[in-house]
Amino acid sequence: MKKLRGYAVLILMILSAGAVVLSGCGAGGRQGTDTSSITVGVANDIDSMDPNKTVSAGTRELLFNVYEGLVKPDSDGNLVPAVASAYTVNEDASIYTFTLRDGVTFHDGTPVTADDVVYSIERCADASSGNPLAPAFSSIASVEAADEKTVVITLHEGDSEFLSYLTTAVVPKNGSDYENHPIGTGPYRFVSRTPGDNIVLEKYDGYWGDGTNGGNPAQIASVTVKIVTNADTIVTNLKGGSIDLFLHLNSTQASQLGDGFTVAEGTMNLVQALYLNNAEKPFDDVRVRQALCFAMERTQIMEAVSDGGGTALGSSVYPAYRKYFMPSLADAYPTDTEKAKQLLSEAGYPDGFRFTITVPSNYRQHVDTATVLKEEFKKIGVTADIEQVEWETWLSDVYQNRSFSATVIGVDAGTLSATALLGRFESSAENNFINYSNADYDKTYAEALAETDDEAKTALFMRCEEILSEDAANVYIQDLPDFVGYSSRFTGYRFYPLYVCDLTMIRPAGDAAAQ
Amino acid sequence: MVIDMTGILNWKTESGKTNWYLVLGTGITGFVLSLIFIGLLHPPYDIEAMDTAHKFAGGSLRHLFGTDNFGRDVFSRVLAGGFTTMKIAAGTVAVGLLGGVLIGAVTGYFGGLTDELLMRINDTLFAFPSVLLALVIVSLFGSGTSHVIWALGIAFVPSFARMVRSEFLRYKNSDFIAGAKLQGAGALRIMTHHILPNAAPVLMSSVMIGFNNAVLAEAGLSYLGIGVQPPEPSLGSMLSEAQSYLVSAPLYAAGPGLMIIFMVLGFSLLAEGMSREQLSGAWF
Repeated sequence: MKKLRGYAVLILMILSAGAVVLSGCGAGGRQGTDTSSITVGVANDIDSMDPNKTVSAGTRELLFNVYEGLVKPDSDGNLVPAVASAYTVNEDASIYTFTLRDGVTFHDGTPVTADDVVYSIERCADASSGNPLAPAFSSIASVEAADEKTVVITLHEGDSEFLSYLTTAVVPKNGSDYENHPIGTGPYRFVSRTPGDNIVLEKYDGYWGDGTNGGNPAQIASVTVKIVTNADTIVTNLKGGSIDLFLHLNSTQASQLGDGFTVAEGTMNLVQALYLNNAEKPFDDVRVRQALCFAMERTQIMEAVSDGGGTALGSSVYPAYRKYFMPSLADAYPTDTEKAKQLLSEAGYPDGFRFTITVPSNYRQHVDTATVLKEEFKKIGVTADIEQVEWETWLSDVYQNRSFSATVIGVDAGTLSATALLGRFESSAENNFINYSNADYDKTYAEALAETDDEAKTALFMRCEEILSEDAANVYIQDLPDFVGYSSRFTGYRFYPLYVCDLTMIRPAGDAAAQ
Repeated sequence: MVIDMTGILNWKTESGKTNWYLVLGTGITGFVLSLIFIGLLHPPYDIEAMDTAHKFAGGSLRHLFGTDNFGRDVFSRVLAGGFTTMKIAAGTVAVGLLGGVLIGAVTGYFGGLTDELLMRINDTLFAFPSVLLALVIVSLFGSGTSHVIWALGIAFVPSFARMVRSEFLRYKNSDFIAGAKLQGAGALRIMTHHILPNAAPVLMSSVMIGFNNAVLAEAGLSYLGIGVQPPEPSLGSMLSEAQSYLVSAPLYAAGPGLMIIFMVLGFSLLAEGMSREQLSGAWF
């Protein structure tokens, strides 16, 4: 008996070692032909089914398929009419008039009325319970249903960027508890959700879009979104066929897929940076923040994290915002250890300091980035401790309660307006989780909002970017390359300039009729 | 408490057969320990120095197990990771043993209400898988090496406590204890000087098994990302990182994997060898 146990241990070891190796190179892919349903893998569970309460990008990218606003973004980054069929804007951009589209219905079959739209906007603008759900809606003076099919939105003052906020979901007036009974007007409707495991969506047959009128109907009858929190099992899951498509693979995972898979490459459309709590010592001192910027060797990070594939960023705007993106800002802080040390001694930290980088453990790219940063900061005598936390903990501690000193994360934009990226750095902004405060910035940002001339407005927003760079608000790093891998039974995945996964683009491969 | 060290490393059983378990176990453990020792004194490379230009270099004389995704030498990190894991395992067993002996001795010797109370708490703890318990503790108090040691250590207390208690129950009514009582020995003296040394052989082999479980539990925790924090290497965290690159850089996983295998195998054989010695009466 005893002898057997000794052998058993030995055999188990060898077997388990073998299993690890085999699981990596075996599994030639499921020979499935069923294309009426697809299983989409994502790294994180969604944080809320209520379209106005979610803060995570991963949730927004999925809810894009369930809810729609008066307008919605297309894959080129333009805003196209959705629930509305047409709109007019008056001269100083203070009155927006929308005509609702005929035949748009909620997932329960009831037609969308002007009252529903008014209710949806008022719900988000309501400031009675503290902060409004959509901070930008505080500029609304009134929203009225002129008749059954017309909605008029009047702003306190002109804002030509306002249209981009009207991607805000339209929900039914008589609905409640959107968290558990989500009802929208999108091409997919909600069926069920098992928190932490999956979300099931199915094609909504009553969808208004027919592929010619600006809306695309769903091509696949049923979508199961599966949450795969263990990043190491993604490739195995894809190859084994338990998921058909995975959103946001890294380059290593993408390269492991091989035959039977299509890999689409795009950018993540987010600003990856070492975000610093500007209200906390020592990061309340601009010299300290600049020192960290000078200490960073960006190429090292890009090489380690994305095989050199990312786009260097120097401020809070990523390249998909073609109009505002300023590539030169990435060179504002070339690696200069001496300069960094000098700045540190000027700030009163000649021997460096110690701080903690809090990073969500499920994002390998951010953890790896933090690891490289730690090594680079060592050279200027700064010690960074890395603390990995669960995603939910990160959201509540870092993002909502702002109790952190530094974190590596990617910040995305909810809409295609520059305000979506730059608005959070206004000192009183509700989502200003880094506690950034700069009177000059606030002033320039306010001017940009008030400006109606497009060129002047763009110039002011670019000035905001420059201020963030000069002020070293954060240690800006890169926009990561993004890969979406999916079984070759499907085709058509398309990247958006926003963090959006448009499921209607995905269709069975070889199905020409569905084009 | 005197343990006869020559008795522990007795290569032959009473019947004259060579105790291969002990021989092999000592050999493998010695090999692992000397590797770790080399890594401590003179690591081939700085374990945190990055060189992304040479990431995923294959195995060569320069880099025995190649380099990882940051271009760090995997072999050096395996040596250092071995030490971290060993440190955690030793710490865990120490915490577990200390707590276990205290609770086991008190409950086993005195019995009564204290026994009932402590052992029911013990049973409750025992009902949880030890890694799950450690997981709860880590998420309450935060991650990091010292927290992992405490978390795993506390999770290991119940099994040690049970074992010690049963040993104390076995000896407390025996004649030599009665004799010691007649001579006027106090409870504390009886427990530490008379019962504990007799429980030592059984304890010794369960310490070895505990050591193994601790190595695996640490690997499990680090694998989940809540154990040792980067860039400090531990075998578990290295294995977890390496899994993403299993196809492109299989050597990366092989390094920490082999180290864990040798470590666990060494201690398993050692524990087996010791229990055989015990059975044959070599200790007495």
